[in-house]
Amino acid sequence: MQNKEAIEAILELKHVSKNFGGITASDDICISVPRGHIYGIIGPNGAGKTTLFNMITGVYDTTGGEIYFKGKKINGLPTAVIAKLGIARTFQNIRLFGSLSVYDNILTACQKNITYSLLDSLFRTPKCRKQEKVMAEYCEELLEAVGLIEYRDQQADNLPYGLQRRLEIARAMATTPQLILLDEPAAGMNEEESIALTVFVQSIRDKYGITIVIIDHHMDVIMALCDHITVLNFGQLLANGSPDEIQTNPDVIEAYLGVDDEC
Amino acid sequence: MLEYWLGVATLTGIYMIAVLGVSILTGFTGLFSVGHAGFMAIGAYTSALLTKTYGIPIVLGVISAMTAALFVGLLIGYPTLKLKGDYFVIATLGIGQATKLIIENLPDITGGARGLTGIPSGSSFTTVLIIVVVVIWILSNFLRSKQGRNCVAVREDELAAASIGTKVASYKLLAMGISCALCGLSGALLAHYMQYLSPSMFSIVKSDELVMTVILGGTGSLTGSIIASLILIPLPEVLRFGAIQEWRMVFYGLLVVLVIIFKPSGLMGNKEFSIAGMKRLFKNIGLKTRHGRVK
Ligand SMILES: Nc1ncnc2c1ncn2[C@@H]1O[C@H](COP(=O)(O)OP(=O)(O)O)[C@@H](O)[C@H]1O
Ligand SMILES: [Mg+2]
Repeated sequence: MQNKEAIEAILELKHVSKNFGGITASDDICISVPRGHIYGIIGPNGAGKTTLFNMITGVYDTTGGEIYFKGKKINGLPTAVIAKLGIARTFQNIRLFGSLSVYDNILTACQKNITYSLLDSLFRTPKCRKQEKVMAEYCEELLEAVGLIEYRDQQADNLPYGLQRRLEIARAMATTPQLILLDEPAAGMNEEESIALTVFVQSIRDKYGITIVIIDHHMDVIMALCDHITVLNFGQLLANGSPDEIQTNPDVIEAYLGVDDEC
Repeated sequence: MLEYWLGVATLTGIYMIAVLGVSILTGFTGLFSVGHAGFMAIGAYTSALLTKTYGIPIVLGVISAMTAALFVGLLIGYPTLKLKGDYFVIATLGIGQATKLIIENLPDITGGARGLTGIPSGSSFTTVLIIVVVVIWILSNFLRSKQGRNCVAVREDELAAASIGTKVASYKLLAMGISCALCGLSGALLAHYMQYLSPSMFSIVKSDELVMTVILGGTGSLTGSIIASLILIPLPEVLRFGAIQEWRMVFYGLLVVLVIIFKPSGLMGNKEFSIAGMKRLFKNIGLKTRHGRVK
């Protein structure tokens, strides 16, 4: 992309810090994610990657700094409100609605466009029926699109690992977000599964125009997908740049790529 | 004899309403209460006193009962459901005990420990049956709606629920409200059926029975709660004949142990009985046998 500067930043972290007691998990982090990008965040374990996601989604308060989503300050808002604004996420340790079916996992997440009230629910008014019907159709379509339709009625907990990851991403998509944060989606996947995942993540951006921030350790996944990468180390921002720049950056090679103690 | 069994059926229906309320709270939203008999008591005494003392119509008495139980429920739920930890359970324990103590210590109004008599009669078998059917219909609507699904999401994983935009504390409060209103309704119907109330009818044992019935039926299954109610609530009456009465609690305990061993998720697991579900089941069986023949 040539006109990188012209693209509006959908997510901006300005001097964000987070301390846990004595530990500085994030130290003065500045990140700007352009709309429509697939943006990678890499770094060794404990570098503070997940902590960033938790601050963006309001799970943790920031100790310092500000976070802006579409120009609106979001740090300090509750998680549910941030989700409604259009940020969805997955978790490093998969968090599905385990005892529900694949379909119900998706349906539960489809709530942004439901406007009927509690009374409509209790008496199942025509308004409720109509919106439920629209949502049901939307869910079937989404399941079809993400390749989970044949597992529609299976319990989420019983899915194979790769499909659980996929379902969690699909559930995030069902909230009709503009930004999705993926926390190590390829973790524990074999070669084949992680290639499928790469294709899938690419398609989410290309088909739905959703901006994606992805944390992962699989360099092949990150390098193949990302327009831009940020490297974290011990809570600090180590480097910023295109995949090529990152791969040749001596600091990064020393701190991360060279030292192969990740997996 | 027929009259006797009609009475048992009526009581079963009345208690089933409370169980269904607790099912929403515990089975579907994952919140435990050890004091919901207290909300039955609030409902029972509210309607009993209003209709007896002020002569207001029973319908209004019952509506006031639900409102009162709802109000007290939200009052203790609002501050405690926002907090992490066991504050909510402790609050329900408190309300269960406090209600009983207040009733016992206001003998001039409530009749105290000796009980309240002369309550207008109103809960016929037909009335209770109609109310039970309406409650089941409303609750199954609720569970198929956005609000019901959000309650289940909260039970499954609070953090994941929040990440898809579910206001966790609000839905906990909603489940609490529904359960309290239904317990209030149940209590009021009980008052107008028995025409007599005493605080011992709403002890902590009763609260535990409500939760136990839900768990035995299967958490997250309305059908399970209904079936478990139909079995467990009349049980003491069935066992009343002969000398088995003393063995009642033993039998109860045995049943719990058996269910835990053979079906830890309760009678129905988290499945519902539905016509569509039965159709799908038969279709699947059909498909399998067909495939079997082809291959
Ligand atoms: N809730 C928490 N309480 C205390 N320390 C935490 C908490 N969450 C993360 N940390 C610490 O913050 C640092 C960064 O953790 P994390 O963001 O999970 O790293 P990463 O995702 O990059 O592996 C680690 O040292 C971790 O122990
Ligand atoms: Mg992490």
